Amino acid sequence: MAQRNMSNEKCPMPSQDPKVRARNFNEVATGYTYDMAVGEARRCLNCKNKPCVSACPVAIDIPAFIERVANEDMEGAFEIISRSSALPAVCGRVCPQENQCEGKCVRGIKGESVGIGRLERFVADWHREHSSETPAMPQPNGHKVAIIGAGPSGLTAAGDLAKMGYKVTVYEALHTAGGVLVYGIPEFRLPKAIVQKEIDNLKAIGVDIETNMVIGKVLTVDELFDMGNEAVFIGSGAGLPRFMNIPGESLKGVYSANEYLTRVNLMKAYRPDSKTPIKKSSKVAVVGGGNVAMDAARSAMRLGADTVYIVYRRGMEELPARKEEVEHAMEEGIIFKTLNNPVEILGDENGFVRGIRCIEMELGEPDASGRRRPVEKPGSEFELEVDTVIMSIGTSPNPLIRSTTPGLETNRHGCIVTEGDNGLTSREGVYAGGDAVTGAATVILAMGAGKNAAKAIDEYIKSKNK
Amino acid sequence: MFEILEKTALNPTVIKMVVDAPLIAKKAEPGQFIIFRATEDGERVPLTIADFDREKGTVTIIFQIVGRATMDLNTLNKGDRIHDFVGPLGVPSHVEGLKKVCVVGGGVGCAIAYPIAKKLHSLGCEVHSVVGFRNKDLLILEDEFRAASDKLVIMTDDGSYGEKGLVTAALERLITEGNQYDEVIAIGPLVMMKFVCAVTKKYNVKTVVSMNPIMIDGTGMCGGCRLTVGGETKFACVDGPDFDGHLVDFDEAMSRGTMYRDFEQKAREEGCNLLNKEVE
Repeated sequence: MAQRNMSNEKCPMPSQDPKVRARNFNEVATGYTYDMAVGEARRCLNCKNKPCVSACPVAIDIPAFIERVANEDMEGAFEIISRSSALPAVCGRVCPQENQCEGKCVRGIKGESVGIGRLERFVADWHREHSSETPAMPQPNGHKVAIIGAGPSGLTAAGDLAKMGYKVTVYEALHTAGGVLVYGIPEFRLPKAIVQKEIDNLKAIGVDIETNMVIGKVLTVDELFDMGNEAVFIGSGAGLPRFMNIPGESLKGVYSANEYLTRVNLMKAYRPDSKTPIKKSSKVAVVGGGNVAMDAARSAMRLGADTVYIVYRRGMEELPARKEEVEHAMEEGIIFKTLNNPVEILGDENGFVRGIRCIEMELGEPDASGRRRPVEKPGSEFELEVDTVIMSIGTSPNPLIRSTTPGLETNRHGCIVTEGDNGLTSREGVYAGGDAVTGAATVILAMGAGKNAAKAIDEYIKSKNK
Repeated sequence: MFEILEKTALNPTVIKMVVDAPLIAKKAEPGQFIIFRATEDGERVPLTIADFDREKGTVTIIFQIVGRATMDLNTLNKGDRIHDFVGPLGVPSHVEGLKKVCVVGGGVGCAIAYPIAKKLHSLGCEVHSVVGFRNKDLLILEDEFRAASDKLVIMTDDGSYGEKGLVTAALERLITEGNQYDEVIAIGPLVMMKFVCAVTKKYNVKTVVSMNPIMIDGTGMCGGCRLTVGGETKFACVDGPDFDGHLVDFDEAMSRGTMYRDFEQKAREEGCNLLNKEVE
């Protein structure tokens, strides 16, 4: 048994200097060294109750993998994580661990929790860099399943089903698989080479990924059944960006966060030789306070802006983004204009953005969500001089599938209605998960939904073929 | 897939390509579009489907060489493959139940107007077509339009072919001559569609226009293609590309269309020499 490390503090994550990284797209956090990982793993008490596992949407056996790291058995640790997670290198980077596993960690009561996410990332990276073995091809079971959308939920469902022996085809609308992992989350938080490697691993176990296939248009869900698939999983993701319906949102220089991030991440507009343009901004206002807003603001800074504001109608305490993302953004010089709400975007004579008019807010009584409702302070309007505005106030689910799939029930927001945890929709054999069901949420929740649906699909097909 | 089976220059800057895309051909309807990327690092660009053949499994696109993406596409020849080709996207044009329609096409927009005229004609609708070009050299699809129309008026800005003048003049004449159209379908440059709508509004004739804003994904994700239609924000990729022309804010759409003009200009200048080498 390795010596326990009783330090109350988590080993800090090595990262690029904020001043340097604010101007490049390289990964911010550079990752634990081998010794750091082993030392951090030895902080885990391997407690009996394992509260961390119950707080993990995909129920990774966290104490078991950490014990392997403490004993310097990195491949053993990877093997344990792989049983539960199809994308550990991704989750180790983008999961909100502070609200999940780490939030429940016993070590967090008196000090800081064990750095579970950092260890997961270390193990996945170690495996990627040191293991040359290709994953074993599972024994085919003769059944076919179609997955719509190659994002976190679809890839997770695909991986789990492929491991059970299903012939899985993933249909992706864009030209590259990965969904939000490639078009949304920036390179500096999640290098695309890592996403590609995880996708290559799925291909190695027989998952077929067909890009440029917009289901609902080129093929319908019903046609996927006609093609011999016995179940269909819909993980089509979040859809159309919301706007505020204030004057000036059609000016040149107003982007949705989806468009801005897609240009930067999927189309690589940050590279000088990119064929997809993006505005060279000097002063940027990002409206919204979630993780996507942080990604957009930090991307704008890296693209060369000298001033980037986050404009958010509630206070710093209410920001929905992960604390770590907010801290990183602040370190990089993003200016937080909280308790402010835009009322108009101002244009110049050529139709380009020249500023944004905001009004100060104060927090009133709690609303239905339990958060204190922001109310305008009369007469407090002011202008910020900006040349770019990025709207990051949420999305509504993609309409393409619900409008072409008869009998698929959706709610008034357009989200697909599912039954219980297993993702079953109102159509037999059709399962759904991720943002298409929940509205914009996190990568790990989508993965959890993909995982549950894969299990339910397996049970459904087995019971049908009895 | 996506092999170019045929490539023809319809005029010096307008190219027609017949592309092997059986799944798209099976589902395509007039008014829908595809998004292409010519090469692995190319920009995603929407093009309305000019024709399709379900049996041969082909989709025809007609494009004008205007920017880097279309220059890159033009460097591909018969036998080459287009890197990405996705569709059919957007809502098909509404053609059912129309008895008499005037189809107005301007420039390369005629490539999109033609399949609609053809479809209407095949459904037994009386089709009048008005097509306009800057001059005779730029004329495209004359025979095709003639075959799909009960009446065809060709306009050129300089009078070098057909009648001299703008499509709006011919349209207004047809209306004042007593032709009662269920609908006018106008496809061409924004400024042309704007003025067609100004004419038809005067005579209270319903007018449908096909919008072609800047897009990225084309599937209802990025929101870049938003337009203001009847005071509401609409997305050309999933709500369109066809809209009621009397409700479209054309001035806004024209302004938004120039967002990347400087970038395009630079790309064109950089791309020109390269292009000259590759296509002599």
